[in-house]
Amino acid sequence: MTNLTVNLKEKIGFGALFLATMAVVVPVLCIIWLIVTRGWSAISWEFLFTMPRDGMRAGGIFPAIVGTFYLVLGSVAFSLPVGVMAAIYLNEYAKDNFLTRMINLAIINLSGVSSVVYGLFGLSLFVVFFRFGVSIISGSLTLGIMTLPVIITTTREALRAVPKPFREVSFSLGTTRWQTIRHAVLPFALPGILTGAILSIGRAAGETAPILFTVAAFYLPNLPNSPFDQAMALPYHLYIISTQIPNIRLDYRYGTALVLVGFVLIMNISAIVVRSKFRKKRW
Amino acid sequence: MVDKKLEIKGLNIRFEDVRALKDLSLDIYKNEILSVIGPSNSGKTTFLRALNRLNDLEDRIRMEGTILIDGRDIYGQMEPEELRKRVGMIFALPIPLPLSIYDNIAYGPRMSGLRERKRLDAVIEKSLNEAFLWDEVKDRLHSSALKLSGGQQQRLCIARTLALEPDIILFDEPCSGLDPISTSRVEDSMIELKKTKTIVLVTNNTKQAARVGTRTAFFLMGDLIEVDRTEKVFTAPADQRTNDYITGKFG
Amino acid sequence: MLKKIKEFIIERLIFLSGIASIVFVLLIFIFLLKEGISIFKTVGLFDFLSGRFWYPISDPPKLGILPLIMGSLLVTLGAVVIAVPLGIASAFYIAEVASPRVRDALKSCVEVLSAIPSVVLGFIGMVTLVPFVKALFKIPTGLTAFSGSIMLAFMALPTIISISEDAINAVPRQYKEGAIALGATHWQTLYRVIIHGAMPGVIAASMLGIGRVIGETMAVMMITGNAAVIPTTFLQPVRTLTATIAAEMGETVRGSEHYYALFAIGIVLFVISFLINVTADLFLHKDKR
Repeated sequence: MTNLTVNLKEKIGFGALFLATMAVVVPVLCIIWLIVTRGWSAISWEFLFTMPRDGMRAGGIFPAIVGTFYLVLGSVAFSLPVGVMAAIYLNEYAKDNFLTRMINLAIINLSGVSSVVYGLFGLSLFVVFFRFGVSIISGSLTLGIMTLPVIITTTREALRAVPKPFREVSFSLGTTRWQTIRHAVLPFALPGILTGAILSIGRAAGETAPILFTVAAFYLPNLPNSPFDQAMALPYHLYIISTQIPNIRLDYRYGTALVLVGFVLIMNISAIVVRSKFRKKRW
Repeated sequence: MVDKKLEIKGLNIRFEDVRALKDLSLDIYKNEILSVIGPSNSGKTTFLRALNRLNDLEDRIRMEGTILIDGRDIYGQMEPEELRKRVGMIFALPIPLPLSIYDNIAYGPRMSGLRERKRLDAVIEKSLNEAFLWDEVKDRLHSSALKLSGGQQQRLCIARTLALEPDIILFDEPCSGLDPISTSRVEDSMIELKKTKTIVLVTNNTKQAARVGTRTAFFLMGDLIEVDRTEKVFTAPADQRTNDYITGKFG
Repeated sequence: MLKKIKEFIIERLIFLSGIASIVFVLLIFIFLLKEGISIFKTVGLFDFLSGRFWYPISDPPKLGILPLIMGSLLVTLGAVVIAVPLGIASAFYIAEVASPRVRDALKSCVEVLSAIPSVVLGFIGMVTLVPFVKALFKIPTGLTAFSGSIMLAFMALPTIISISEDAINAVPRQYKEGAIALGATHWQTLYRVIIHGAMPGVIAASMLGIGRVIGETMAVMMITGNAAVIPTTFLQPVRTLTATIAAEMGETVRGSEHYYALFAIGIVLFVISFLINVTADLFLHKDKR
């Protein structure tokens, strides 16, 4: 085998890898470009802050934005404390035993269960069994459980990144385990925890299947005013105006998609910024 | 002789299947510096971490035997938090928390419930003085501890330990990362501290043991080979292995 | 004393949160079972899984989910054929070939893809891919298994790429340096040495990607056409397990056979994702045991 063929092989190999990567990346950029350019013209004060009119063919998407806001808030209010404490348990308390292995297995499965199965679960547990009805609270809790793995894994990474000697120093100064976690671990893991929370907000905002049967309403004339009310939500709104309502203006759909994608991407970008800003700070 | 501060009886420590310490019995006296020397993996650090129960943090470590401080069993009659306030520890590398100088030293007292600003100020000045660091940092107590040099950081760690007014201090190779000048400062503070406290110094540096140790103990593969007055160990060791180690034939 | 009580309560809460994941997985399973098991009083498990007709609102209803299983399998198969090679190749490019700056850009791009909500991809698929497929193959509708496969492939790619990339990066540097030192080119090193070291992780990545595809709901529902018949080609509408639940649950009467049957489909999906995730996890932690 001559050097030439070896080099040629390498060129062809790397070229193939490059093409494959482009086949992934280019469509992503196209999708974003499409949504932004087509959706931009629909965005206006009226679009963002008024109620829909004419069978949702005109007016705004305000109730869907409000609904998604409530859902996201509710889900994070549940998943952040539970997720952070779960991560604390796994990283600071848990021993390498059967229980810990079961917890890890459970987390993997929670993150792998189909989103529509979460919908069924939320329907049977919160809507029917706990009699919360089709409501913001049912939807929030369903989304909260679904985003739990995101918070647990990111928080765990953040806790793991706090040097072990910090804990030893703290213990050696006569503190209890909780004092050590509270004062010598958590403050230094905060950026990572924040990243997880932001990511889970983005995730919760974009999910549709889990809220289909637990909270989402096709159309509501009024904004929700209690956690036990139904609500409209951005992703579900996009679904119905894309599939259920004929003759709707295309830019109206693109506009809705842009608002949703815009929110989700802003969340993701902030997570990246928080992460990289604090990654530079080494101890 | 002088009063016994620490009594260690029949101490056995197992790390999974490895015996880290074998049937160790040793007394440590008030106001002495006991230097513990020996090659790596001889059980020195494990021994030190048994004295403030830091080994408790590892689930895989099993221990038998008793350790008494002033006659009280540290495993049976004391809470680990209470024990660790009395038995301070300085680690091999200086580990300031990423906080200000002030907050680093105030960490221990605050966790024990001291909140009053004036008393905290006094504790901090006193501790920094005892660690020979006050003059260097008194004007920037609220700047980050991470900005200090390595030697200053290690003295900060000493001050942080002193803030709890322990009567025993454990030094785990405290100068392994320091230059000779910083090392001699740390050694000075040890000799000064000996007047009021009891010190156990684990070191890889036999010369350091010779310089500061009142008595020296030689550990090898989890066994205590010999312990005696430092001059005796360094001039006329009872065991051939001790002689080989301090003359540099192995280790 | 108060401090001790406070810490005791906090540590209890931490423990409870720690086992919460187990509780939720059990709750999901129990509640699916509780609602879904009733269907097996009227339809046998075997008939349910292998019945060729899904006519839930006829009288009497026919509740066989074979067409749905076939629909899911077909769409998944298509997506896997596209996503696995593309994903693995991209992961190698990102981990081994790209310069650090390009690598960061590509990784952000993959992250963006993983962040785009499924319903948005479904919408984009409807307005771009579906008409394109229709025109390309000159078929009556572009809402086909093929369109679904392409869209799902995209949704599986971030999972496949990021986990494969981790696996490639986890291959010890010495292997690579050793091979280079022996005179191998970068490319030879890559496909003779690194690929072997990364294999278990790459397999796990592919399996998790498949798991993502089978469980995916909104995009599939929007672009596969939702015809509950046993498919024979890629260019016809199909209906998947997930889309069936999502599309029909809103119209069922609570407590009807149809309602129970949808929960039973949920059980099937839960079991599938459980098996996939457990196996993938075994691959991921193979070396650590």
